[in-house]
Amino acid sequence: MLDATVLKQLTDIVGAENIATGAQDLICYGYDATQMEFLPDAVVHPDSAEQVSRILKLANEVKLPVFPRGAGSGFTGGALPKGGGIVLVTTRMNRILRIDIDNLVAEVEPGVVTEAFQMAVEKLGLFYPPDPASLKFSTLGGNVAECAGGPRAVKYGVTKDFVMGLEVVLPTGAIIRTGGETVKGVVGYDLTKLLCGSEGTLGVITKIIFKLLPYPDAKKTMLTVFDSIDGAARAVSTIIKNKIIPTTLEFMDHATLTCVERRFNLGMPDSARAVLLIEVDGDRDLIEKQAGEIHKLIEPLGLVQFRVAKDAAESEELWKVRRLVSPSLRDVNPDKFNEDIVVPRSKVPDVIRRIEVIQQRYDIPIVNFGHAGDGNIHVNIMIDKSVPGQLEKAHEAIKEVFQAALDLGGTMSGEHGVGLAKQPYIPMELNAEQITAMKAIKSALDPNNILNPGKMLP
Amino acid sequence: MTKKQTDPLERVAQDMKKCVKCGACRANCPAFSTFQREPATARGKVALAQHLAKGDITLDDGTYAAMSKCLLCGSCVDKCPNQVPTDEIVIAAREALAQRRGLTTFHKAVGQVIRNRKLMNFGALAAAVLGPIFFRKVPSTSGLRLRFPMPFLGGSRHVPQIAKKPFMKRHPEVIKGEPGKPTIVFFVGCMTNFVYTEIGEATLALFRHLGCTVIIPQGQQCCGLPGMSGGDLNTVRELAEQNLEALEKYPADYVMTACATCGGALHKLYPLVIGKRNPELKERLQALADRTVDAAVLLQKLGLHPEETGAAEGMRITYHDPCHHRTAGIAKQPRALLKETPGLELVEMEGADRCCGLGGTFNVYHYESSLDINAGKSAAIIETGADAVVTGCPGCIMQLSDGLKQAGDKTRVLHTVELLARKIRS
Repeated sequence: MLDATVLKQLTDIVGAENIATGAQDLICYGYDATQMEFLPDAVVHPDSAEQVSRILKLANEVKLPVFPRGAGSGFTGGALPKGGGIVLVTTRMNRILRIDIDNLVAEVEPGVVTEAFQMAVEKLGLFYPPDPASLKFSTLGGNVAECAGGPRAVKYGVTKDFVMGLEVVLPTGAIIRTGGETVKGVVGYDLTKLLCGSEGTLGVITKIIFKLLPYPDAKKTMLTVFDSIDGAARAVSTIIKNKIIPTTLEFMDHATLTCVERRFNLGMPDSARAVLLIEVDGDRDLIEKQAGEIHKLIEPLGLVQFRVAKDAAESEELWKVRRLVSPSLRDVNPDKFNEDIVVPRSKVPDVIRRIEVIQQRYDIPIVNFGHAGDGNIHVNIMIDKSVPGQLEKAHEAIKEVFQAALDLGGTMSGEHGVGLAKQPYIPMELNAEQITAMKAIKSALDPNNILNPGKMLP
Repeated sequence: MTKKQTDPLERVAQDMKKCVKCGACRANCPAFSTFQREPATARGKVALAQHLAKGDITLDDGTYAAMSKCLLCGSCVDKCPNQVPTDEIVIAAREALAQRRGLTTFHKAVGQVIRNRKLMNFGALAAAVLGPIFFRKVPSTSGLRLRFPMPFLGGSRHVPQIAKKPFMKRHPEVIKGEPGKPTIVFFVGCMTNFVYTEIGEATLALFRHLGCTVIIPQGQQCCGLPGMSGGDLNTVRELAEQNLEALEKYPADYVMTACATCGGALHKLYPLVIGKRNPELKERLQALADRTVDAAVLLQKLGLHPEETGAAEGMRITYHDPCHHRTAGIAKQPRALLKETPGLELVEMEGADRCCGLGGTFNVYHYESSLDINAGKSAAIIETGADAVVTGCPGCIMQLSDGLKQAGDKTRVLHTVELLARKIRS
């Protein structure tokens, strides 16, 4: 329960209609996509950096934890109010402030939904490539805070590669700007990069300056089916070795194909063991040539089917195979842990083989799909929480999956972040000195530990 | 009965577990689009229903208000990666709240009215006679016939005129067709019976044109959907039973509705919601559902040739998909008929399958939000430059007319059958 004076002060800052303490709001701002739940004491919906600043200053005075939140679609609990405090929702700050065609930059507020921004720039012939699976509902502020990825990362990179500058309210309430609108800039520490992926622990993002690209002329989608996972993985390295960088190289393993096929009956060949969805974009003539070359390059690698979309509708049809993965997984088991490990792309078959061994050892179904082009694999550990012992087994299996990724030179999270879900495993990837350095940054910026406390670092 | 048997939330316990709170519903929910607060999303309502089921949420107005912020349009179910039936969960939660704290005064009144055809007939007569004295005329081209201020509903709402004589009172129960042609039982629905009688006349004309025998069982009642909106499942069950009696009385090839909402009730919600709660009615409701078909779908199936019936005038039109059509997979059939009609040019609007914002009693409870949802719809309609927006639901017609009028636009709002029947009726 919040102190009445504090509640009154918060109300004065955001207005009565933008603060909620009713049980309904507390419940609805206490969950995210992790299935964890922690109830806050109040939910506030500020409308400006000034309001955010005043909220944080007050929080420092009365030592009140503040948890920034966008759409609440995170997979690791980064926005959950563990321990109680106030949830600060940024969705009222949802204006696209300007799109500058001359300099190919845009300035937006954090509550803009990713897809709405993409559509706005595309209308002007421009392109904002980051495309997390949640793009229809996640917010740009959340994308930056978590450094969201997506299937186009292989060619274009992830969210941080498009953030040129930020307006941020520091945990103490100071409003600062980082970076800027110029491609070059080397004055001082690069706070922009530090804040991208900081999971709301170092500041509340109130404005973002994004870099934009010209919208590609055309794109070409290919669905390729292989008789082995090795064939599909070799196809990825062969294509890139031959100096073609596709926009997308999405892969699905045999277990994933079985799930999709069981539910949707897409008519895959019996010999299908792995699928690679390939997309190239750019100049119309160039992509035609590239599609032909790709076919030639991967033909000897156990290719059993090669389909090229003629138009946008057919492209959507091919993408459907990939999009059907999530809904079909639940036929395996009702509960899942969706981990997002990354390994160097040539190591994808190795890590898949290691995961197969883990799956057999723990006797839990594990389904793998993801972004083969950048080595980012979604490892889905499918369990039934109501079966005694399965949850414990899943946690052990997850730990081994992380170890496999680290052994192969990878990382335990490519795009979901750490939050609460991966916090216990952090010491597997970061050593004591790294953690100490990170904690020093946190305490320098947030001396009272009021902003998103208890997250990320152990 | 034990609590376990009567608690509606028990029936959806497994369905609620399917929701992983991913947030995909934020992209598609019309209620969220206007309220912009998490309790209005599908996952929010599932979370609240889960807490309600556990008994750890106080039954204050907040829970009731959150559950009322749903149009039961089903768009969250369509787009949910796990196909969580949030519409069913919301219906169950509303029923549970109604059981625990009683119906609201408004929904009590709704239940009394829709259960009582005599009262409705009387009310309609009174409104038709007294209406013109109190209400201001608006141009007949607007699709609305009258306008009056209703302070308890919201300042400038445009409401259509009540018909002087209900549709069902104008016709005998059985209208004989040609031998060997199908027999069709017409489920008329309140809006068509009392307000948009033109829709009933057009439907009748089209099926008579095809030689069908049309039966209009006099014992039929309101489909009950307004009761479903308020969690008054007792009233819905009562009406479902009466409708079963009335519609089963005649052996017919089809039970036909020209109202997407009534169709949704008979075809989907009766077996799904009432059938689940009343096993003794389940089979009969399913049999009724299997025979129920929308007018446009049936016209196409029975081989109506729009190029023969034709349009009375050339017109540029756009088509709005009612939610109860979208969830039943009815989209191509009415468009095909309209496209084949000489003189009609169909232009698609953006978001043709997005909810118009009516949502049954949602429109009364949250009028401003309902209009807010409708504003996007009106803009999309106006953008097409169409002379008329066509749809298959009298409820949508009322809402679209109100929205367009509020936007100061003169686009006409018509039912598919009205356009299809124009020439044969002229």
